[in-house]
Order: sequence, then structure tokens, then C-alpha cells
Amino acid sequence: MELKIGDRSNALKDHGRVMREHFGIRTTGEQYVIALAGNPNVGKSTVFNALTGLHQHTGNWPGKTVDNAQGTYTYRNKSFLLVDLPGTYSLLAHSVEEEIARDFICFGHPDATIVVLDATSLERNLNLALQVMEISSKVIVCVNLIDEARKKKLSINFIELQKELGVPIVPTAARNGEGLQELQNAVYTMAVEKKKTRPKQVVYSEEVERAICTLLPKLEKLDLARVVNPKWLALRLLDSDISFIETIGRYAATQNQKIVAMPQQGSKITL
Amino acid sequence: MSTLTPIDPLLKIYSDTESIRLSSGTPLADRVVTDIFAYTEKLAKQVVLREDTVQCSWKDKIDKIVISRVFGYPLMLLLLGTVFWLTIAGANVPSEMIASVLFAFQDVLTQWFQLAQAPAWLHGVLVLGMYRTLAWVTAVMLPPMAIFFPLFTILEDLGYLPRVAFNLDNMFKKAHACGKQCLTMCMGFGCNAAGIVSARIIDSPRERLIAILTNNFVPCNGRFPTLIAITSIFMTSALAFSQSLLAAGMITLLVLLGVAVTFAVSWTLSKTILKGEPSSLVLELPPYRRPKFGAVFYRSLIDRTIFVLRRALVVAAPAGGLTWILANVYIGDVSVIAYIASVLDPLAKAIGLDGFILMAFILGLPANEIVIPILLMSYLATGQLTEFGSLFELKKVLLANGWTWLTAFNTMLFALLHWPCATTLLSMYKETGSKRWTFMGFIIPTALAFTVCFIIAQTAYLLGLA
Amino acid sequence: MTILPVPLSTLQPGEKSKVIQLDVKGLLRRRILDLGIVPGTVLTCIGKAPAGDPIAYLVRDTVIALRSEDASLIYIDSAAR
Repeated sequence: MELKIGDRSNALKDHGRVMREHFGIRTTGEQYVIALAGNPNVGKSTVFNALTGLHQHTGNWPGKTVDNAQGTYTYRNKSFLLVDLPGTYSLLAHSVEEEIARDFICFGHPDATIVVLDATSLERNLNLALQVMEISSKVIVCVNLIDEARKKKLSINFIELQKELGVPIVPTAARNGEGLQELQNAVYTMAVEKKKTRPKQVVYSEEVERAICTLLPKLEKLDLARVVNPKWLALRLLDSDISFIETIGRYAATQNQKIVAMPQQGSKITL
Repeated sequence: MSTLTPIDPLLKIYSDTESIRLSSGTPLADRVVTDIFAYTEKLAKQVVLREDTVQCSWKDKIDKIVISRVFGYPLMLLLLGTVFWLTIAGANVPSEMIASVLFAFQDVLTQWFQLAQAPAWLHGVLVLGMYRTLAWVTAVMLPPMAIFFPLFTILEDLGYLPRVAFNLDNMFKKAHACGKQCLTMCMGFGCNAAGIVSARIIDSPRERLIAILTNNFVPCNGRFPTLIAITSIFMTSALAFSQSLLAAGMITLLVLLGVAVTFAVSWTLSKTILKGEPSSLVLELPPYRRPKFGAVFYRSLIDRTIFVLRRALVVAAPAGGLTWILANVYIGDVSVIAYIASVLDPLAKAIGLDGFILMAFILGLPANEIVIPILLMSYLATGQLTEFGSLFELKKVLLANGWTWLTAFNTMLFALLHWPCATTLLSMYKETGSKRWTFMGFIIPTALAFTVCFIIAQTAYLLGLA
Repeated sequence: MTILPVPLSTLQPGEKSKVIQLDVKGLLRRRILDLGIVPGTVLTCIGKAPAGDPIAYLVRDTVIALRSEDASLIYIDSAAR
């Protein structure tokens, strides 16, 4: 599945900034927005703290009583704004936290999304990574707690994993600062150098795939591909996730308006 | 159903999807999740190599003890008591050191004021009022917080706290509440406002409200030193080691009382204004991880010092200034403070306190840590108190003002049960978005504190015990 | 071979079995699915709280605690213990 979000116009890029402001994210000048997702208890906040140090700001997501932590760091003279998403097991939006995480990855146009996984429990953690990869093509998988995995005598073939997932994999032990350089580097490559990835998509069982196939042509007519991955939308329809369908409506509406209304205002492009 | 029109075609497709969803045997949503996990299973098998899966690690053995039928509860009590004991025993010396430095500096300040020939009232407000309260709060608050916090953070980093929630969940279930409430209570030891914010981890809105309304029954760090000070003075003997041990036992009992009240109030709420059945609990017990001791101590020391000093500057110092003014402005031949105290006295006496104590609690609304400094300042309205080195002197002051064991006991009970501080109330309002629930959060503990203290005081009076 | 489904809550500490069917409803069902408890998943009972409830299970290398009445709505294969 190819995402069309990658080739947005300048107006869209500018629009991305406007959309982020819906989420209370304000970037200064040329700053890249990086979302940080992950299951609870995987050391996500350790990664966040290790990257941003004392340059943090905490508050709430607009209109929600859910913590929102943002922090900045500089790498190779570029400034990055790291947005710590609520820790969730999935993005199927069964709670406010999951809704926030999903909406931000989907509509907040982060320049990259880091998914932090627990190396000692990959099987469960990959669930979230695969879900994020269905929404966004700009995903970096950070396999944290490799020190714990070593203690448990688990060896992970990261090259194989990267090949299978089709996105950059960075092993880290954030508590000891291990792998953070590589993580920053991977973020730089994705956000600044705009290196393309081809996230592998889950192949569902026949029944589900058939249902998706019947829906896809109808959805493609709606021309929503630059808002949301049509296959993922089809899955949400099958999931009878009415709240998400409504959210899409809302964002798609603002998106179309904004693109027309504010075409070139101070667009910032990085080469 | 939907009020949104912009993407009507999408909603149309949505209703078309209905037929697909119905035609499928198993719910498609389940299928989707099952398929993803089938894929992750395959992937994990492919990339992860396990050397030994059979061997039982020390971490598994620990859990056998931590959640065991025999050791589960005693271990919790023991850890709680140990944390309190380390806090009490460890805080004593640094407290006295900080006090002696800060109060020595007060004399220097006084000399400067004399050299500058500053008016007496200015010296009174700034030095005797603001600085002295600031010094007191810093000396008394900082060491216990700087010890308690890292210890608790270590238990948290270790992964012990979720086990406590696991062990206690059954009791919360009986109170029709959520086991995760226990985690919010642990946060409450640090600061009730933080505890209330942490109630976000509870999914059910009803159970979250219960956790918010009862968090105040866990003594926060602002009240903790008050309890320690009074316990150390009144409830214990002179021997240093056994004294700290006894004080720790006493504090543990008080905390257990607070926990019991939490259960009772949670249960009552579930049966009255927050009726409902307990919902489900899905709690992850993360693996034990060795905490980074150095980082924890360093970080909490800095965090706590900043926190205490900030509160002391922003809240305690102004309150100290105000109290000094109230204590030194006279209506006729009584100071304002003595006048207010005399008005409150009948009510206060009925619950085993005195007018000054009740007033100190009222003036302590902005922050609980200023209750004791305000009380002392109002007892010593003329300001003879120049030095404040030891708890022994504190005892003399209190005894001179007619304290009995009942006064001490009820003051501690009142401190444990009374209304939350202003910051906590504000957090309640922010989290619930409701004035009504914030008011409930104020009135429930207040009514409870008055009732409990009244019953104890009246019983004691009746039996001629005090 | 016939499969006899029994409630997960009957699994004793140390025993393991495979999930056959979920009768849990609503939000809890979604949560349980998201944690990877789906038909076919192997669960190991790790232990019970001192009061006998809740119960901790090892699921895909993670320990998850469930209340016994919720666990009784998850059915496992009695033969696979």
C-alpha cells in the first residue's frame, strides 16, 4: 500500500502546522515535529527524558484531562520538537488516550513517529507498531530495553526485523543512553532528509481482506487518500468505529477549507 | 444519528458496511486483532532467539513472595513502616542543621535591620513573620521530603507499586472502586494535587471520581512533617532509636487509619451519590527493574528542594507575614489573632482542639505545611522565640499553651482528615470540571474531621480522660 | 479429540492453557484483545493476590492481572493444561 501523504504540496506543509495547533503543538520557525508512541511500561518516558533533558514542557491535550509532554532537542543544527503521546496498547481508540495518540499520528502530520517497543515483549508490542505503520509511512521503530533482553538471554535479529517491517529499527537501552545517537540519526534521516520508507502492511485473513476490497473502490472515490490511508479507513469502517468516521469528516472538512483559504502564508521548506 | 454532514458519502459507505459486518460469522473487529497478533507471533518467532525459557529467574521468585498469601500484606506494611522510619530517623539531624543555619542567619538579618534603623514593624513583618516561617518550613519540610521521595521513587521504579495495587484490589472491589486507586493514593503521599491528577489512570468515570474525592485521606508531604513532629513530641519516650521506631509505628497506624477511612468513604459514595457496580480491572505488572539509585536520589533531591523552596517562598512566607501582622495589630488590648482564636475557641474545644489550632488549620488552607509555623507564631505572638532548634522546645511551647494528649491526638486526626489545601481543591476542579464535585471534595473530609474529633473529644471529656 | 472449554479463572498457578473463546463484552473485550488475548493465545497463571483475587497471567511475555469474574468469561481448553 502506497501512501500519498508523502508528496504534499507546500500549502499542505503549512497546513500541517495549522493542524498541529489543534493539538496545542506550536513549532517555532523551522522545527520538526516528532511523535513518540509506545505501550505503557516500555520506558517511553526514559527515551523522552534522555532525548530532551530539561527542555520539557508539560500540560494537557487541548480540552482533555490527559497529560501532554513536549520537549525539544537539537541534532546537527536542526531543532526537533518531541511530542510524548499517551502510552497505549493499541490505536483502536477505546479510550481518550488512544484517541489522542491516533488522531495526532493521523492528523497532526508529525515529520516522524517513533514507536518505542519493549525488547523483552516484542510479540505484544509489535501490535502497536503495525497499527501505527498502517496510518503513517514515517515510522521509526525504537526497540528499547535491549539491556533487559540481554539479561533474559534473548537475542533479536534487528536486520531481519527491519527487513520484515520495512521501516528503520533502532535498538536502544535509553536508561544507559545506549542507541540514542542512532535514534536521533534515524529521526534526522526521516524528518530532514525525507528518506522514504515502505512500511510493510499486515495481510489479514481472507474474509477481512475481501471486505476491505469491496470497500476500497468506494472510498477511493471520496479522494481522502491525503487525509488518511484508505485501507486503514476501510478497517475502521469494518470495526464500526463511528467516532473515528466522524473525526475524519471533521478533519477532512477543515483540511479542504484551510488549503483553499491559506495558500502560501510563510511556507517553510527544507531541502 | 450523526450531526456531521461534511462527509456524508463516508457515512453512507459506513451504513453500507453494515451488511458486510453482519454477514460475517465472527465479529470482524476481533478478526482484525487476531490477524495482527498472528502476524506479530510469526514475526517474533522469526527474529527473537530465546536461549533459555525454562529457568526461573530471581524476578519470578520475588513475585512468589510479594503477592503470596502469607507474606503479601505483611511485606507491604513492613515496607511502608520502613520508609516512614527511615524518613523520621534520617530527617532529624539535617533538620536541626538547616534550622541552626537559617535561624543564625535570622540574627544577622535582625542586626542589619537595626543598623539600617528600620522601623520595628518592618523588621517584624519581614524577619519575624516572613523569614522565620520560611526558615521553619524549609528546615522541617525539606529533609523528610528529600528522604521520603527518593525511597518511594525507588519502590516505583522497581515495579513494586503495581503489585501493591494488585494485592489491594480485592478490598477496593469490595468498596466498589478500582484497584488502581491505590496508585493514586501512593502519589498522594507526595502531594494530593498530584494524586488527583494521577486518577486519570482509572478508566471508569465513577471510580475516578471516588479516587479524586478520597485522595485527601492520604497524608501528603505538607501534613506529614506535622504528624511526625507531634508524634515525636507526644507519643514517644526519650530513647533515640526506640523513639524513631515508635514514631514510625504511630505514623504507619495513622496512615492505615487514613486508608481505612478511604475504603469506608469509597464504599459509602458507591452506595449513595456515586452508585454503581465495580467495573473491571486490567493491570499490567511490569517486570522488576533495578532502579538507577544515583539518578533517583540526585533527581528527587533537586526536585524536592526546588519544590519546597518554591512553596516556602510563594505560600509560606506571605502567610507568615500576614500572621505576624494579625498577631501584632491590636483591637483594644487583644491582638486580632487572639480575638479570632477566642471566637473559634468554643467550637475548637468541642472537638478537642483550641481556637489557635483551628485558626492555624484555617489559615493553612493555601498550604498545609504552614499550619505548625502559624500556630507557633500565634502562641508566641510577642516574638520571644528567637531560635527554634529542637522539638523539645516545641514541646515546651505546646505544653505551656495547655496541650494534653487529647489535643495532640485530635490535632493529628484533624490534620489527617480535614479539608484539602487550595492547590488540591483547584486540581479537583480542573479534573472534574465541576464546582459541585469540588465542593464535595471539600465538605466530605471537613465534616468527617469535625465528627470524628468531636466524638473522641466528648468521649474523653465524659470519661474524664482529658 | 473434543475440546472442553472451561473458564480461565479455574486455571491454577503454574498451569497454562490456550484461549478458545471470549465471552467478555464491551470495552473490556477490546482491552483484552488489544493485550493480545485472542483465541489461540497461550496463558500461564502466575499467581493470585493474597485475597485470591485478582489473578495474574503471563500473556506474550507480559504479566496482566484480571479480576476473577472477568477471567471467568474467558474460556480455555481444559485438555491443554
